[in-house]
Amino acid sequence: MPSELEPIPGTTLFDGEAARKGYALNALCFSFNEKVNRDAFLADEAAYLARFNLTPEQHEAIAKRDVLGMIAAGGNIYYLAKLAGIFGLNVQDVGSMQTGVSVDKFKAMLLAQGRGESYEVAHKEMLNG
Amino acid sequence: MAEIVGAYFTSHVPSIGGAIHRGLKQDPYWKPFFDGFPPVHEWLAKVKPDVAVVFSNDHGLNFFLDKMPTFAVGAAPEYANADEGWGLPLYKTFKGHPELSWHIIEGLVEEEFDPVTCQSMLVDHAISIPFELAYPDAEQWPIKLVPIGINTVQHPLPSAKRCLALGRSVHKALASWKGDERIVVIGTGGLSHQLDGERAGFMNAEYDRFCLDNLVSDPDALTKDSIHEIVRLAGTQGVEVLNWIAARGALGPGAREIHRNYHLPISNTAAATVLYEPA
Repeated sequence: MPSELEPIPGTTLFDGEAARKGYALNALCFSFNEKVNRDAFLADEAAYLARFNLTPEQHEAIAKRDVLGMIAAGGNIYYLAKLAGIFGLNVQDVGSMQTGVSVDKFKAMLLAQGRGESYEVAHKEMLNG
Repeated sequence: MAEIVGAYFTSHVPSIGGAIHRGLKQDPYWKPFFDGFPPVHEWLAKVKPDVAVVFSNDHGLNFFLDKMPTFAVGAAPEYANADEGWGLPLYKTFKGHPELSWHIIEGLVEEEFDPVTCQSMLVDHAISIPFELAYPDAEQWPIKLVPIGINTVQHPLPSAKRCLALGRSVHKALASWKGDERIVVIGTGGLSHQLDGERAGFMNAEYDRFCLDNLVSDPDALTKDSIHEIVRLAGTQGVEVLNWIAARGALGPGAREIHRNYHLPISNTAAATVLYEPA
């Protein structure tokens, strides 16, 4: 059996437990590979969501556009990206939503790493700057 | 007698496809990444491969969580791309090489791997973008495809050691193939990046350098870390380095680096482009 592993800060591994918990949410997102489903979601979000057996936690996270809440509810980022794409959001937008800073600050943190700063330093500057 | 001409590795960040589509290769943000490709074009024109064995991971186009194979070998006559849901252009269809696919499957099972075999398979940006980068002006891909999928999405993932062994077994199969093809091995994805959680935006140039410095001559060095440690060092999506490790194994025992380009950030990712020849 796997031994207890030291947690990685700010990181949720998408494991069997998450995959079970998040199945309906990820199935919803997987459906967005098809334009007809994206259009149906945009036309009537509540009716489209009702086709999936989402948990109350998943409904709430979607209603609030709360990415961390979706991950806590078992969402996998590869699938959640398809939901974000419906709103024209890219991975910097999603990064901003998860770190609680502006998109510009999030991008500046990425660029700082490009100048040779460590993530830890760049991240601290992002939160304080 | 088939020949393995070398290995090509590159990142597959979706926004690279967007940058190509919008003509941004010379844009200051993108130029340091795209400047890594003229040597790739020259090398491909020189070695002229006609089959590519590509190690990559699906991102929720072909596989869903209902059936998630650890290792999957494509054995289809052709591989189409399809809508991934967030506005990428639709990429060209690949011709497959089912005979070589089945030879690899036979070889892998003989070596006690248990791959899923896919006679029907869609391929996503993880394969299409490396080909768009390699053959920017092609109207049709000048090369047939054997795709090998590795689960980097749903834990437990296969260990780095297992992925290297998988690649080495693919090498054995390629070495025993009786055809006269010129084969290029490709690994896509990575390097360090993390899209999800409060740690989104994490990259690690130091770990990436360790991987790039060792992959060529001592790939076993990359297999000392557990998957959990690789996630810590490379980020949740940085585990795509498994595709590189497997591809390195498939190249064969000896390799020499003939090209390396490393640049960050591209989107949220530390991007790298590398060429090896057998040695």
